[in-house]
Amino acid sequence: MFTKILIANRGEIACRVIKTARKMGILTVAVYSDADANSLHVNMADEAIYLGPSPSRESYLLAEKVVDAAIRTGAQAIHPGYGFLSENADFCRLCQQNSIVFIGPPVSAIEAMGSKSAAKNIMEKAQVPLVPGYHGDDQAEQTLKQAADAMGYPVLLKATAGGGGKGMRQVWKATEFAAELAAAKREAKSAFAEDTMLVEKYLTQPRHVEIQVFCDNHDNAVYLFERDCSVQRRHQKVIEEAPAFGMSENLRQQMGEAAIKSAQAIGYQGAGTVEFLLDVDESFYFMEMNTRLQVEHPVTEMITKQDLVEWQLRVAAGETLPKTQQQLAIKGHSFEARIYAEDPNNDFLPATGKLEFLQTPVESDFVRVDTGVRQGDEVSVFYDPMIAKLIVWDESREKALQRLAKALSEYRINGVTTNIDFLYNLATCPPFINEEIDTGFIEKHQQLIFHENQQALADELPMAALYLVLSMNVKAQVQAAKTSDPFSPWHSSHAWRLNEAHIFELILGHNDSEYAVTVEQKRQGSSSYYLISVDGKTLDCQGSINGDILHTSINGYRSYATIAQTTRAKSTHISLYRQNGVFNFTHIQPDCGDNENDDANGGLLAPMNGTLVSVLVKAGDKVKKDQPLMIIEAMKMEHTIKAPADGLVESTFFAEGEMVDGGAQLLSFSQDSE
Amino acid sequence: MAKIISKINPRSQDFLDNAAHMQLQVDDLKSKLEQIKLGGGDKSRERHLSRGKLLPRERINALLDAGSAFLELSQLAAFNVYKDDIPAAGIITGIGRVAGQECIIVANDATVKGGTYFPLTVKKHLRAQAIAQENNLPCIYLVDSGGANLPNQDEVFPDKEHFGRIFFNQANMSAQAIPQIAIVMGSCTAGGAYVPAMADESIIVKEQGTIFLAGPPLVKAATGEVVSAEDLGGADVHCRTSGVADHYAQNDHHALEIARSAISNLNRVKPMPLNIEQVTAPQYDSKEIYGIVPKDTRQPFDIREIIARIVDGSNFDEFKALYGTTLVCGFARIFGYPIGIVANNGILFGESAQKGAHFIELCAQRKIPLVFLQNITGFMVGQQYEASGIAKHGAKMVTAVATAQVPKFTILIGGSFGAGNYGMCGRAYDPRFLFMWPNARISVMGGEQAAGVLAQVKRDQKVKLGETWTEQEEADFKQPIIDDYEHQGHPYYASARLWDDGIIDPAETRQVLGLAISASLNKTIDDTKFGVFRM
Repeated sequence: MFTKILIANRGEIACRVIKTARKMGILTVAVYSDADANSLHVNMADEAIYLGPSPSRESYLLAEKVVDAAIRTGAQAIHPGYGFLSENADFCRLCQQNSIVFIGPPVSAIEAMGSKSAAKNIMEKAQVPLVPGYHGDDQAEQTLKQAADAMGYPVLLKATAGGGGKGMRQVWKATEFAAELAAAKREAKSAFAEDTMLVEKYLTQPRHVEIQVFCDNHDNAVYLFERDCSVQRRHQKVIEEAPAFGMSENLRQQMGEAAIKSAQAIGYQGAGTVEFLLDVDESFYFMEMNTRLQVEHPVTEMITKQDLVEWQLRVAAGETLPKTQQQLAIKGHSFEARIYAEDPNNDFLPATGKLEFLQTPVESDFVRVDTGVRQGDEVSVFYDPMIAKLIVWDESREKALQRLAKALSEYRINGVTTNIDFLYNLATCPPFINEEIDTGFIEKHQQLIFHENQQALADELPMAALYLVLSMNVKAQVQAAKTSDPFSPWHSSHAWRLNEAHIFELILGHNDSEYAVTVEQKRQGSSSYYLISVDGKTLDCQGSINGDILHTSINGYRSYATIAQTTRAKSTHISLYRQNGVFNFTHIQPDCGDNENDDANGGLLAPMNGTLVSVLVKAGDKVKKDQPLMIIEAMKMEHTIKAPADGLVESTFFAEGEMVDGGAQLLSFSQDSE
Repeated sequence: MAKIISKINPRSQDFLDNAAHMQLQVDDLKSKLEQIKLGGGDKSRERHLSRGKLLPRERINALLDAGSAFLELSQLAAFNVYKDDIPAAGIITGIGRVAGQECIIVANDATVKGGTYFPLTVKKHLRAQAIAQENNLPCIYLVDSGGANLPNQDEVFPDKEHFGRIFFNQANMSAQAIPQIAIVMGSCTAGGAYVPAMADESIIVKEQGTIFLAGPPLVKAATGEVVSAEDLGGADVHCRTSGVADHYAQNDHHALEIARSAISNLNRVKPMPLNIEQVTAPQYDSKEIYGIVPKDTRQPFDIREIIARIVDGSNFDEFKALYGTTLVCGFARIFGYPIGIVANNGILFGESAQKGAHFIELCAQRKIPLVFLQNITGFMVGQQYEASGIAKHGAKMVTAVATAQVPKFTILIGGSFGAGNYGMCGRAYDPRFLFMWPNARISVMGGEQAAGVLAQVKRDQKVKLGETWTEQEEADFKQPIIDDYEHQGHPYYASARLWDDGIIDPAETRQVLGLAISASLNKTIDDTKFGVFRM
């Protein structure tokens, strides 16, 4: 076994690998970029080597620097994690040349699976089922139709040059074939100037089911059963589970053996995943093979009680597989939810920022959190915005799903927009519970999943108001203690008035609505309580703050919430985490007006960190209102900077291709005077 | 410290009757103030709001630290004084916390006669400034006023304590390093222009605030020049060209925010010359004061029952408890601040006056603030007492009260008649603050006594002329006098004329005193040099 390994990755997977290595008594070396200088994985590792600037192409993707780091630290093997260099054959080869063990498959296997079409040819030869299709050069309508008839309807017509859905048609009946083909060809011709078509069987309700396989260097191979990763958005997995629901033992064995056959066809070693499309009629078709440890490997670990990273290290060190197929069995059910810094309500736009508040569910035999961040860390623009993976296990799917919902409601993050609410809505919606799942799930059930927690404001709004008032008291006490006059009644924050009720007026924003809330402080003997009025209803409230927990009694209903408070641009945002989800409020401050000078004249600022992909104007240009001036790409999305008014571009401060920080002045602009 | 053990029975019929009676008076006060709070009526409020301006009380709320108390002053000013209704005399004054600092706030209410100054508006403004000066409190003026009320100019403009005194005070306070901040949130015409001009720092709201010595109509009349108010004295003129204002605000909220920053840059530290202690609430519910104060003002009650419901832990160390018992003196704490209490417990005799003078000397020597609980029908009269020198004993107490340099606070909790008012630190003796309970009465003597004295004089005349005067005729003669005294001695009458700083709910006495004492400590306590005591 190795005594020291290097992990050529960052974030949660680096932390994950370090944990197992440490358990096995293996020293670890981390690598890091500028952005990761204080990251968790660097702190966890025994040693760390600096690679370079934050962008991954200048750090984590530099194969030679990574190998140099291994040589310098005396690491005998490199674990590549997933992403970055994990499926890079050149890197694998470089390791070999330097006598460093690449913890993964051999170069040949990576190369074999690197090209999708080549992979399909190999699989066809190995008699692994592929999605039936016609890819021939004979483009006669007759030939195409015969192929379609042979595979059975519905079929999909695709332009070989295609992309973006153009030249793509579903054909549901033989009688419609000719018309649809003509339409598809026409579209393809105009879009790509070429109308070669292929015909594929169209799966109406396909599921994404993948098989975890493991091979050693001693001709042993096993499958560690399947994972269902059907719930996806924009080809990104959202919630994965193992085992897949509704799998017969027979189907499981068939798919498992097919997967092993696929792996053996390319001389595979180590951990691999064979992805299949599974049709409602239990037929399954090879899609692709991932020659690395998958993000979602923990669900397999949970149901098999095996540590796949340990298996990887043992196999890489030349040992035989720890278990035979007969020794492996499924126990219980597991889910994984991927927690991302992104905004599901804004087309999953990646979010960045500081994790000002981070509270994870308590880990146990049932709940596991794989993460690479701590409270106070930054989710930067440079890397994948995944914050953590939340994994749960229980004896049945139903119980595991309950665990997932509860754990999601206990996952609390503030400072960065996350998909936690979205995941919660997804995990608790009836079709998900009822196993009505295919790869179109999120699109089909949008209305169930994309809703904000509107329901219970009757309780949450007064809770938020109470929190603000109580926290004001706490703050006032802290402030008072610092003065020479600490007991002065002027320190109290009860809005005392002479001969009048003591009333606070608060405006709380929730989603796009504003609520006027009045809080009247009352006293009964030595204890005080509050009358909180919203929308004409008045509630009798009491409460206390203990750390970040708010305990309340509202009209006699005792309850609590975890509170996270952040201040951005002078306004206070508070999040109430309750059993039924998170409720976000903004304490809206009075409008102090805009400084007009900064508004239309002067500078235009970058809305976020990103790369300037296009500068459309130059100094001295006259522009019209709303004319695009610059385009910034950030987090895979383009943002156009537009002219705020008719005017003159005085100068630009960045060139195309440069990185800009959020808030940086991009250009100076003067508005035309009337 | 010794604890006062209450002896009252809150279930007795007397207690319940008294409580109900006091409740009525407090309710009446609050309902009157509810009305006054609305300012100049619906129409003028709507007009004010439609211009994008905040109402004066909203301005104050936005200016204060979140949750800060606001000790409003002279709420009933001008109540039933003028032919027209002038709620709160068209100006709101009080003490509140801004950026952690107790400040005097003076806010014109433009919904009341355009915020113009009536005689009592001037008096209220000057009183607020006097409080600022005596207690070393920064002043923030929220200016939105048309200046002097022209029909009343003879009572507003010429005299010493008239309009001009406002600017005299600003200059002198500034000289004493008491910051003067002005926010121009509306018109600031003629004399009013000097409020921002005399301020240490001034803020003006764009398109709302204007400052000029003469407005457009007067300019046109004088020189024929036609100019808009904004071009004559708007924010742009004064921030960019004239330099009359220092800060340019986008709106009311912005202006108030700038004022808060200005206060946060004052670099003031509150001195703390007192030995303070952790606060404990009184042992007894302050609301019980309602049932303790008798319906009939002539009935006596033990003042210690009131003290027990005002001071920390109901702890009270009495001084000379066995001597001159009609005046109760002793040490206690309110909100942790040590205080000396001087409280009436009956008519003043020579002994009680000497004890009072002695106790005031103690407090002045030790620099302990003094709280007077005033409920006094006067000094004892009669041959025996004159012969024993009650006048000189009273004079000792008056001398001590007048010259003691510690902060003094007076609460009129019952009668305030005759020379008793002087010895117990009436308005003329410059208490830092003076508040009345709604049941209190103030006049040179009681209505009955006054009517009796006048009837006696009349009867003597009649007898001299050999005329007869029936019982009925005498009663008819006395009644209007009694009614007059009752009317003029009522707290509303007194408060309307600023003989006090406000009428307070008796149950809030502790709170009001706590705020007032704390505010007063912004000024260091001077050494006292007493005058000649007649021995």
